[in-house]
Amino acid sequence: MNAVIALQKMPHYRPRSFLALSVVLWLVTYKSLAALAEWIVSLLPVTADSRLAGSIEFFLYDAPKVLLLLTGVVMVMGMVNSYFTAERTRALLAGRREGVGNVLAAMLGVVTPFCSCSAVPLFIGFVQAGVPLGITFSFLIAAPMVNEVALTLLFGLFGLRVASLYLGLGLAVAMLAGWVIGRANMESYLEDWVREMPRVQASAGKDELVLADRLDAGFASVREIVGKVWPYVLVGISIGAVIHGYVPENFMARLMGGGSWWSVPLAVLIGVPMYTNAAGIIPIVEALLSKGAALGTVLAFMMSVIALSLPEMIILRKVLKVRLIATFAAVVASGILLVGHLFNAVL
Amino acid sequence: MTHVKVLGSGCTNCKVTAQLIADVARAKGVAVTVEKVEDIRDIMAYGVMSTPGVVIDERVVHMGGVPTRAKVEGWID
Repeated sequence: MNAVIALQKMPHYRPRSFLALSVVLWLVTYKSLAALAEWIVSLLPVTADSRLAGSIEFFLYDAPKVLLLLTGVVMVMGMVNSYFTAERTRALLAGRREGVGNVLAAMLGVVTPFCSCSAVPLFIGFVQAGVPLGITFSFLIAAPMVNEVALTLLFGLFGLRVASLYLGLGLAVAMLAGWVIGRANMESYLEDWVREMPRVQASAGKDELVLADRLDAGFASVREIVGKVWPYVLVGISIGAVIHGYVPENFMARLMGGGSWWSVPLAVLIGVPMYTNAAGIIPIVEALLSKGAALGTVLAFMMSVIALSLPEMIILRKVLKVRLIATFAAVVASGILLVGHLFNAVL
Repeated sequence: MTHVKVLGSGCTNCKVTAQLIADVARAKGVAVTVEKVEDIRDIMAYGVMSTPGVVIDERVVHMGGVPTRAKVEGWID
């Protein structure tokens, strides 16, 4: 009993030791998953090397692997997020020149905590403090699209190459689209009351958090994010497990393969009205990819689902006039199209 | 009587926050009024960029996410 209480209090009294211990435990567990899955399957009454055994082993290995990865990454990102509050990010971006500012904004979009319900207050707050419009958009495009959940799931299920391509191309779309919107000088298409809001001086505020607070922030993110997405992950992996064992390769190759020029625009067109989070889309992505759809087409689809959504545009309508929203959607969609085609052409 | 405002556009986290504050106040036997501020202009007047935000007696004490129960307990005496 005393040991349990001591363990519960450890993050507060000995944060460094707690962190070191967690990292070691995490690594040991992660490394032993494959052997564990194999061992459990060997105990089950199924023929080794059969389709069923293949599917079960895939699930027993992948489900804990992805959930463990997700927990680790979300914990670390929760701690990293505690350094980058919206206020600090705004202070870093206020008065930046375009170009450099777009690059910085897209990258800050990845590490700043962001919830889509805060998009409007964040937008106004940035504009009020003199963050240029195009730079604000670079941030708003990158923040939901390039997030740790999407990246971790891509890494866990498809490997490092796909995850880093998504990261690089997502950042590129956010930087370019923001830059183009900035060039278009569309400040007059903000709603009038937004332009009349009083200017404010961006200040970062003092950071008085200690390691124990950051650990708490990490735990809070794990509870909130992993608590919400784990069912999607399990469904996604179950689909993956069935495909792994039963569905023939190249099932989707003709429809969404790299051969036809219209596959990328079609994927984006289908993706925009869909509204779900990164975890919800992964099962679909997995199903498409393993049936032979081209990687560029699938990533374009995934980006358009996450970055462009009807509900978000309706929310943004409160602060933007229709023409600016249309420009935003058109520029981001073109960016995603370009990326999808580029991808299919190169690979 | 403590007057608490929860700033946010009506998302789940805002509702959870308002409920949490009401629960803590009831558990402590403290009389509070919890008001939800959903108009974006009113929210911006407090300079809050990440919702939900919490305002107690016109002072912003919290922003960005659901506060922990311990934190809420510290606000209500």
